[in-house]
Amino acid sequence: MSRQFIGYLLFAIFLALLPALGAYPIFVMKVMCYALFACAFNLLLGYTGLLSFGHAAFLGGAAYATGHSLAVWGFSTLGGLLFGTAVAALMGLVMGGLAIRRSGIYFAMITLAMAQMAFFFFLQAPFTHGEDGLQGIPRGSLFGLDLSRDINLYYVVLAIFIIGYFICWRTINSPFGQVLKAIRENEPRAVSLGYNVDSFKLLAFVLSAALAGLAGATKSLVFVSATLSDATWQMSGMVILMTLIGGLGTFTGPVLGAFIIVMLENKVGEFGRTLSQLTGVQWFQVLGESVTIVIGLIFIICVMAFRRGIVGEIGYRLRGRKA
Amino acid sequence: MTALFGIPIQALLGQLLLGLVNGSFYAVLSLGLAVIFGLLNIINFAHGALYMLGAFIAWIGLQYFGLNYWIMLLLAPLCVGLFGIVIERLLIRHLYKLDHLYGLLLTFGITLLIEGLFRSMYGVSGQPYATPAALQGGVNLGFMYLPIYRAWVVVASIVVCLITWFVIEKTRLGALLRAGTENPKLVEAFGVNVPLVVTLTYGFGVALAGFAGVLAAPIMQVSPLMGSNLIIVVFAVVVIGGMGSIMGSIVTGLGLGVIEGLTKVFWPEASNTVVFIIMVIVLLLRPAGLFGKEK
Repeated sequence: MSRQFIGYLLFAIFLALLPALGAYPIFVMKVMCYALFACAFNLLLGYTGLLSFGHAAFLGGAAYATGHSLAVWGFSTLGGLLFGTAVAALMGLVMGGLAIRRSGIYFAMITLAMAQMAFFFFLQAPFTHGEDGLQGIPRGSLFGLDLSRDINLYYVVLAIFIIGYFICWRTINSPFGQVLKAIRENEPRAVSLGYNVDSFKLLAFVLSAALAGLAGATKSLVFVSATLSDATWQMSGMVILMTLIGGLGTFTGPVLGAFIIVMLENKVGEFGRTLSQLTGVQWFQVLGESVTIVIGLIFIICVMAFRRGIVGEIGYRLRGRKA
Repeated sequence: MTALFGIPIQALLGQLLLGLVNGSFYAVLSLGLAVIFGLLNIINFAHGALYMLGAFIAWIGLQYFGLNYWIMLLLAPLCVGLFGIVIERLLIRHLYKLDHLYGLLLTFGITLLIEGLFRSMYGVSGQPYATPAALQGGVNLGFMYLPIYRAWVVVASIVVCLITWFVIEKTRLGALLRAGTENPKLVEAFGVNVPLVVTLTYGFGVALAGFAGVLAAPIMQVSPLMGSNLIIVVFAVVVIGGMGSIMGSIVTGLGLGVIEGLTKVFWPEASNTVVFIIMVIVLLLRPAGLFGKEK
């Protein structure tokens, strides 16, 4: 326990020092936003066993809500972040309330369809500015810190990330989290033990949606924009992959997965050019334009041969050695 | 000119036909999903991508090999079906013992891969595909102008759906399939090669998607993204209808297409979302779906 705590503390200090070490703050902030998003998603799939295929709706919805409240209604930064999170939670309540009426594969399809409905709403509603999205969202200031400076925003995002991560951690390590795991392992038994499974599922869904919303709200501050791409089904797929590649139902897995995927999106073009120089195959040149192919391939490999994910696999090996 | 609720009757009938065309695609695709789900217990996310593949194979056949529409109408579903059989043997087969969600995730990955490949080859813009000569033009029925190709799509889809229904519900082969859905172990004990049946079923299911793709080629632009938006609507159709009944899938698909078409006339802004809204209503009133059975 204490060793785990020291590990987290060291990691937090490392993150705090990263800009001083020469890391590009925007990049690290992007990773942290996606990491929080993936942690929120993992709460649902990894610990409750519910596959939501619509989490992009919360990311995108919260980004729009925060952006609109800051740019048009003149909310304070904190107010905007909270408003975005609240909107995502509310969306989660509606979507979750409907989706938990079915289970398994239908649950995934319903969340996907609901998220697509939200996508069309964002596409057509006047306040989102359609394909252009919201641009030039004012970052404002928080506790006297001027957030238009990247470095100030960096520490705010880091704080949000740590808070969000702590909420996930606290949730899982609570009696509530134990019930969630029980539902994942054996739902009928949880019912027979007298738990109101539906309300537990719904609460987990709303919590996950709210945290995903927090990630989206923060992301809109980082990029001072909110765009339609955050709300697409591809984004919902992306967060699944982040969680899967890092390790379902592990704490650190989604963070690692988010880092890998963001890195991959940024670097795949360079990698393709290097590969084409090395092998002389022209086609690798276009690899950067076709990130989807790479993502698709990783998806297939993960599902076929690497279902524990990186962190899950390491944990499994370590435990195996002890036993 | 006659009008209904202030809308010219011609425009209304035109949209109705367009709705039926879309409904035909929903019906054929959701039928394929239902057949696959029945035996394999997976939801084939790649269905939309394979529909796109069917359209592209038809386009490639015409463009590079000069094979006309009618040949491709047979050949493309065959190719897509073979491709499906390969996927099933190589990949999906290994996931049957796991949670069904992994099947969904795997086919999602396959979707990204196929779409990505076609995007890197052909870009996102659509390729035009000429309507075959025999089906060009239209007939004036007096009360409306009927484009022949659209009528053909509806008729061909319904015929294919009915044949599928007949084979599954009324023949020995179909009985085998239904038995396999109920209890694969018992069917295997009777000496039926169930894994082979499963593979062929998957191949047949995706061939249906390929067939729909060829039908769609002359009306929709043949583009790498044509399948991905469609498949999500088809998922909603499947949730509404429930996957328990073959006839249910067909009726729900057609019906929702018509409703969508009518929405385009009366409330155009909602035409994208009407199917999802109906899904919400059905979930509230009858969670198992219109034709589904609560398990």
